[in-house]
Amino acid sequence: MNPRTRLGLVAVGGTGLAVLLVAASLRLPDFGGDSHPYGDRAVRESLARHTANTIASVNFDQRAFDTLGEMTILFAAVVGCVVLLRQTRDEHRARPEPADVAPPVRRYALIVLPIALATGLYVIAHGQLSPGGGFQGGVVAATALHLLSLGADYRALERIRPVGLYEVGDAVSASAYVVTGLAGLVGGTAFLANTLLPYGTFNTLSSGGTVPLLNAAVGMEVACAVVVLLARFLDQAVEIEEESGK
Amino acid sequence: MADAVIVVALLLVAGSATVAVLVRDPVRQALVLAVLGVVLAVLFTAVQAPDVALSQLAVGGALTPLLLLLAVRKVKRRKGRER
Repeated sequence: MNPRTRLGLVAVGGTGLAVLLVAASLRLPDFGGDSHPYGDRAVRESLARHTANTIASVNFDQRAFDTLGEMTILFAAVVGCVVLLRQTRDEHRARPEPADVAPPVRRYALIVLPIALATGLYVIAHGQLSPGGGFQGGVVAATALHLLSLGADYRALERIRPVGLYEVGDAVSASAYVVTGLAGLVGGTAFLANTLLPYGTFNTLSSGGTVPLLNAAVGMEVACAVVVLLARFLDQAVEIEEESGK
Repeated sequence: MADAVIVVALLLVAGSATVAVLVRDPVRQALVLAVLGVVLAVLFTAVQAPDVALSQLAVGGALTPLLLLLAVRKVKRRKGRER
């Protein structure tokens, strides 16, 4: 295919997409209007189930099956990364040289690390009450751990990060989500239905039925997934070298 | 007032996204992407979507640039050995 036909093809596709997008946007409700049919229903449902954060109710109750799909996508992506970035036969590991880090950076990293980690865990734990949840908190907690490679050194990071354990944690928490869903099925209603547990007192940590459980499972899954992902990338960037002469 | 914040945030997003496309050096691009992530988080907060803003802040502001920088480092190391 020569560049000219390719450009023509892109132009046709792009124009089609633009026309469809504009046509769809024209039929949307006005920006900032006060009619929110979907929002009103979602809020009513989440209040009925004593979940203070409606987004958490949508993610882990009304659309819990969607979240299962999203979690599976992340899980599959990490498995793919682990397979692609593994150490192959013609590569070897070289011990990384300790690098000089400016003292202020070191101090800053050590001060921020516990704060960031606590923030991540807080965001996971309060997913059903305030903005945030398993995904956001999981990413924050996992990236916070990596400040240790700045604050101390790469080897200290490797010691608190046995990748094998995090891989197991990833799989266990992904299964925990499915098992919680199956519990709903066994309990007599439907897969992932939030009818099993008492809804609790509105706006407390234990409110929302299965929402906090699913939220915690996703939090652990995402945290483990990000740690494994970054570990594989770090391995490739810092340690693994190709054999010379290849 | 709220509209003004949204307009400013939208302009910042458009600006930093354009810069991210125009910058050709991947290392600088990673930094611009981090800025874009933060600006997008501001926009999402301004349109009352704090949940999405938090995801954007964590993934767009920290994780994506980090993965990009690690990938660049790997590629540069290989080039350095071949030289």
